[in-house]
Amino acid sequence: MGINWHDFFIVGNPLILGSQIAIVLTMVGIVAGITYLKKWKWLWREWLTTVDHKRIGIMYILSGVLMFFRGGVDGLLMKAQTSRPEMKFLDAQHYNEIFTTHGVIMILFAAMPLLIGLMNVVVPLQIGARDVAFPQLNALSFWLFFSGAMLFNISFVVGGSPDAGWTAYFPLAGKEFTPGIGNNYYAVALQIAGIGTLMTGINFIVTVLKMRTKGMTLMRMPMFTWTSFIASVIIVASFPIFTVALALMTFDRIFGTHFFTISGGGMDMMWANLFWLWGHPEVYIVVLPAFGMFSEVISTFSRKRLFGYNSMVFSIVGIAFLSMLVWVHHFFTMGAGPGVNSVFSITTMMIAIPTGVKMFNWLFTMRKGRIELTTAMLWALAFIPCFVIGGVTGVMLAMGAADYQYHNTLFLVAHFHYVLIPGVVFAVFAGLYYWWPKMFGHMLNEKIGKIHFWFFTIGFNLTFMPMFFLGLDGAVRRSYTYSAESGYAPLFLLSTIGAVILAIGFGALCYNIYWSARYADRNISNDPWDARTLEWATASPVQFYNFAKLPEVKSIDAFWYMKKHNEGLTLKDEEVEEIHMPSNSGLPFYMGVIFGITGFLLVFEWKLAALVATVGILAGLIIRSFDYNDGFHVHKDEIKKTEKAWRSVNKGVNNHVS
Amino acid sequence: MFKKGYLIPLLAFLPVLLLSGCNKMVVFDPKGPAARDILGLINWSLVFMLIVVVVVFGLFGYIVWKYRATSKNKDYVPPEEHGSTKLEIIWTAIPILIVIALTIPTVNTIYKLEKVPAGYEDKKPITINVTSADWKWIFSYPEQGIETVNYVNIPAGTPVKFKLTSAGTMQSFWVPALGGQKYTMNKMETQLYLTADNPGEFLGRNTNFNGKGYADMEFTVEAKSSKDFEKWVKEVKANAPKLTEKKYNELLKPTHLGRETFTGTHLAWVDHGKMNSKTYTNPELYKVHGVQGKIFKDEENNTEMNDSNGGEHNGN
Repeated sequence: MGINWHDFFIVGNPLILGSQIAIVLTMVGIVAGITYLKKWKWLWREWLTTVDHKRIGIMYILSGVLMFFRGGVDGLLMKAQTSRPEMKFLDAQHYNEIFTTHGVIMILFAAMPLLIGLMNVVVPLQIGARDVAFPQLNALSFWLFFSGAMLFNISFVVGGSPDAGWTAYFPLAGKEFTPGIGNNYYAVALQIAGIGTLMTGINFIVTVLKMRTKGMTLMRMPMFTWTSFIASVIIVASFPIFTVALALMTFDRIFGTHFFTISGGGMDMMWANLFWLWGHPEVYIVVLPAFGMFSEVISTFSRKRLFGYNSMVFSIVGIAFLSMLVWVHHFFTMGAGPGVNSVFSITTMMIAIPTGVKMFNWLFTMRKGRIELTTAMLWALAFIPCFVIGGVTGVMLAMGAADYQYHNTLFLVAHFHYVLIPGVVFAVFAGLYYWWPKMFGHMLNEKIGKIHFWFFTIGFNLTFMPMFFLGLDGAVRRSYTYSAESGYAPLFLLSTIGAVILAIGFGALCYNIYWSARYADRNISNDPWDARTLEWATASPVQFYNFAKLPEVKSIDAFWYMKKHNEGLTLKDEEVEEIHMPSNSGLPFYMGVIFGITGFLLVFEWKLAALVATVGILAGLIIRSFDYNDGFHVHKDEIKKTEKAWRSVNKGVNNHVS
Repeated sequence: MFKKGYLIPLLAFLPVLLLSGCNKMVVFDPKGPAARDILGLINWSLVFMLIVVVVVFGLFGYIVWKYRATSKNKDYVPPEEHGSTKLEIIWTAIPILIVIALTIPTVNTIYKLEKVPAGYEDKKPITINVTSADWKWIFSYPEQGIETVNYVNIPAGTPVKFKLTSAGTMQSFWVPALGGQKYTMNKMETQLYLTADNPGEFLGRNTNFNGKGYADMEFTVEAKSSKDFEKWVKEVKANAPKLTEKKYNELLKPTHLGRETFTGTHLAWVDHGKMNSKTYTNPELYKVHGVQGKIFKDEENNTEMNDSNGGEHNGN
């Protein structure tokens, strides 16, 4: 395998060279810093080998924020390139790679970990459990995701990035038209991360079904738990399709089969079908937990229980069901025939019905409430009008015949950004501001939070609103440039200005995280928002065993009920019992590393070496099969001490919300 | 602090853009029956969507303003309401009605677009085969026996039946002024009826990303009066060079070309829309920076295939 090092490390482009230097310097800096602070042991013991759902959640969130930054930089580069007609900032190839990685990273490596991270932190607490059903599997899920994400991310400096769009449509994504290894990265890295996600889905289904505390019936579960549960069901239903599709893609690209190629009887549209059979449910996988977060935040800050809880549950189940029946609307223009297009137009439009129900339920939760405009609540409020715009344009796109004019234009791009940014990103921000004290024991600064909010929402609208009109005027997506005669220039420029404002907003969030970690008041109660669900019934940050005594649930909004009736808020010494907890394990981390190595070798088509590396994977599986470690018990004294520590200070704390 | 301020940019520049752009935006300026039918549907949907936006925004603004926390309502304790079956039925029923109101014209239009447009039934449609290749559009006129690259002349007022296929990657054929788009796929044939009401020049382009040269995959459609069209065909037949197989293979390589005109069509030896047609790929011409993977040798690529028996499977 004679490898040309000039090709191996992508050189010759100042942007990429700069990133390479930055990556090397950052890595050296991190290693030196950890060594200097003598934190290696701490890092290994407390984080890399942890099976604690809260820590895994935090690692997910951290990776998600990092990836959001990477995807955001991609977005800004695209906006810089299209800010003026005939701009010479990026060439076509570079632009193609950037919009491809932007899409993949934002959906799979930013939205997914941010949501799964918050699910990890919050869901076990909300159902009164001490951990997820399979803690070690949970760690494995994270490390596989992380491994896939890292593998995907090195593509732009090592070997070349994927360049066939985040949808990787065949035949373009096949060897016949993209012979470089870039799209191998797509096939392999997404596969590794996807396996992790599938395991998360299984884990959360079992957790919600089997780990609920006494009295927590399904219809008393907080809405975020409900939506996470349904999202997990969709994960289990749809991710295997993607796994198969990616495997076939890998065979086509690395082993020369003809599933999707144009020669040898391959069917390119088969890829499109399989991709969207997963890809459309994927949208609901990210958007449903987000809906759950808005439900929690809106209910908490309106000081009212969720309006129409039952119809909320039915609508998410309905959305989940319909999500599997709409995939063809992504290619109405394939020429499938009027019957097929009519059916899929109708199923797609039907999704608007349960979504509309949810919208009105949120509005009526706020009605007669006392709406507190905290940063978390601001995100939830901004979500409503922005998402309505995304929703109505979605219905317009769902109308098959009309879609013939919208398809693949910037109208479509604007639509899905209006769905995904308010629907997912706003939710994640709301969730972060809301649950930050639960994770870290201090709040995020509200004042900086509001700067973050205003810049981000105004920037968002400025960036994507013009795209609707550009699309209706015939501007297509994924085009690296446009002519001056087209007349698109002013709106494109407006959009770029919006993107800069949006980026400043994100910068404010990063600064907020830094500022709050350094200066925020640690002396806060376990329930700073006067909230309603069980995660607020225990300490902030949550002790590793979550609850000294598992709470008993008597109503919806269990903690609210406990506070109203003054039940179960105190802990007597004789109630404390030993707690059984799982032990840490280095195996998930090892599996992440070995999967990453195997994947890397496969990407470069070094098949023999990859085969050897898979022995490492098998070894990991075998070691796990002979692992008889049954966890450990937390002693009563330790529990008493921990509980006393937070329960006694609870009296003199500063509540930040009146 | 809070005054629903994110609505201000939203609401302020939405109508400004609408007013400034509406009469010029190509989708709102149809030049043929297909585009007009679609625009009718779009306008119909816009009415309902506007109602939804106004109702939800109004309700949202009212509720947030009325029930916001102020220093005056500090002691107000919100009631514990569980929901309201009556209200919930109402806001389930109304979306259902809206969806039905949108469904009927949608299905109607979907079926309508597959046929010769109303009002043009008595005109005999002409057929043009469209073959997209990286990164150009090839138009064959089987009835006239000519072939053009990157431009297509059509007779105005006559329905044109475009038979779409691709020599390689998947593209999408779109002339927004005349109607909606459709994919072109190798070894598949799709069909699209477009008609220009009057003579004029329209921009067409590929909307489906297909690699490095995608941004430049534009073509022009020139609708000419029947007389001018006939004249043009005659001129081409008299002056244009003959399309040879060798020349055609050159055309299929991944290149950018200007306008070209030939007599004869490539349909004489290959129709890429046929299931068993010959595959034309040039993977070695698609190399970009970075490490190259193994290119698999394709047996059928260099062998002559007999495509006369390939008609039964063409999907459309």
